[in-house]
Amino acid sequence: MIGLLSPKRIMFGDHAPTAKIALTSAILAFLCLIWIYPFLWMVSTSLKSNMEMFANPGLIPQELMLDNYRRAWVEANMGRYFFNTLIVTAGSVFLVTISTAMLGYVLGRYSFPGRKVFFVAFVATVFIPQGFTIIPVFELLSMMGLSANLFGLTLATSGHAMVVFVVLFAGYFSQLPKELEEAARVEGVSFFKIFWYVMLPLARPMVVTVIIMQVLHAWNDFLLPLVITLANPAIRTLSVGIYAFKGEQSIDWTGMSAAATISIVPVVILFILLQRYFINGLAGAVKG
Amino acid sequence: MYKQTQSARLIQPLDRLTCSHASTGHSTSNLMNILGTLRTYRFHYLMMLPGLVLAGMFVFYPIFAAVFYAMHDWTGFTATKIFVGFGNFTKLFQDPIFWNAFGRSLLFLAGTVPLQMTISLVLAMVLNMQLLKLSTFFRTMIFLPVVTPVAVIGIVWTFLLSPFNGPVNGLLLDLGLTSRPIDFLGSTETVMPSVIGVYIWKWLGITLIYWLAALQTVPDDVYDAARLDNCRGYRLAIHVVLPIIKPFALAILLISSVAALNVFPLIMSMTNGGPFFGSEVMEIFIYRNAFAADDGSIPQLGYAAAAGVLFGAVLLSLTILQALATRRARKSNAGGAM
Repeated sequence: MIGLLSPKRIMFGDHAPTAKIALTSAILAFLCLIWIYPFLWMVSTSLKSNMEMFANPGLIPQELMLDNYRRAWVEANMGRYFFNTLIVTAGSVFLVTISTAMLGYVLGRYSFPGRKVFFVAFVATVFIPQGFTIIPVFELLSMMGLSANLFGLTLATSGHAMVVFVVLFAGYFSQLPKELEEAARVEGVSFFKIFWYVMLPLARPMVVTVIIMQVLHAWNDFLLPLVITLANPAIRTLSVGIYAFKGEQSIDWTGMSAAATISIVPVVILFILLQRYFINGLAGAVKG
Repeated sequence: MYKQTQSARLIQPLDRLTCSHASTGHSTSNLMNILGTLRTYRFHYLMMLPGLVLAGMFVFYPIFAAVFYAMHDWTGFTATKIFVGFGNFTKLFQDPIFWNAFGRSLLFLAGTVPLQMTISLVLAMVLNMQLLKLSTFFRTMIFLPVVTPVAVIGIVWTFLLSPFNGPVNGLLLDLGLTSRPIDFLGSTETVMPSVIGVYIWKWLGITLIYWLAALQTVPDDVYDAARLDNCRGYRLAIHVVLPIIKPFALAILLISSVAALNVFPLIMSMTNGGPFFGSEVMEIFIYRNAFAADDGSIPQLGYAAAAGVLFGAVLLSLTILQALATRRARKSNAGGAM
């Protein structure tokens, strides 16, 4: 599983001319530069003054304006929103991984009355977009008194994307060999312990997949946090915070670029450090 | 379809051990039977409980509740919901804004998924070359937008595409490709293509990873054999590699389509659905009617819910049709092997 996406296949054959490879690399490098230009522009703008931004379209700022970051952090409250996003992401990853792994394990490995009904229900709802269910979800959270706090937001963020993960886990668990499980059962190990100590470790690749996909989902989520934080701006996530900043300060491009930079730097660092897990985890979604 | 394969495989009983001591007493009453079943499988049900509660609250209940709300006239402010039956639906059928949003959602799906899948497949094949030393680096660069929050991307792109001093217009003017700045997000003709372009930029990296994973399953000897036959380049790609990775295409298509239906964040942060509803997709229509009465009108939760139900019903039928078609295709291909 690890290192699975290292480039090793041959497209042009062993004897492809070096010039061809060099040319391909050069074209790709140029395209990549254009591809990540929005990021370069964003970081560069976040360091310019509002005046310079209009006068100097180049990427290198003449004078570093760190005040943009102060404005973003203090006035636009990015620090707080950052913390909120972290809580929602971590909380929902925990809830989703545990609950979908257990559900997928039972659905994937055992036959019991009602199994088929559950399975069909999950597969059928995969296509339902968030907009379809947002109104009842909001009403439900209001009824429970959770419509304006982080716990409610975490719960709802967990609930939305889990269907796909249940199906993925069920598929993965159904393919695992049953010798270990049976041996453990003969030894008298309880149902829950077999799952926790024997089966879950075997499903590690799928656990990584689900964690990565849920992190991406929670970090990107917008509609749900937007609706839930309408009544309580203090619990906004980064995405909603930067959207609100745009509404309030539509001319402060440099401040907004600073806010945007703040909100992506941690994920980008995390991604570069854990790249292997990201890539292999996502690959696991198609490979099953 | 990938999901169908999984479910079909799962339908066979996987573990007879646990079934063997199920209560089968014919003389006992139905109630006893049910209680007995619950007892036998209590651990199974218990283990499913957390997931089922979550799904029940946020997936299954909302579907039924949405249908219930859709039958009512309800502002959300008051407790009273007036039952109107199919009234909301008749109103929707006559609402051109609804149909435009509906069409735009499908247009978005059709505009993004095929392009995204094709471009990323070509890129994956290029990056998969053994001799290309910088593959991993390129992959990282292409993947960057995927890990960036959508709302941030939307806002940065509104700056980049701005007709006032935006870098994209700056470049176009410098190159002489246009004589005056194009208001990409401000005119109804260019807004959808612009949003579609940004969407593809944002999510291309993830499809690329899926294709790369698929390409890894092509065995080395296939390439060796192709080389002996002097088959290389695009001929190798189209005639040899493509047929092998075809089964993955369905899974990737499914995942990409599901993703392309959740476009709310990108469009909301770029255009708010404007100009003049020019980029209003279904989710924005629902949100605007339910929560954000910018124009001072009263929220219409029932009406918005009805729109969701109608759209959801269409998607569900499309899914079922697709599943049936795939199953039929599979059967005729593999002689009912699944």
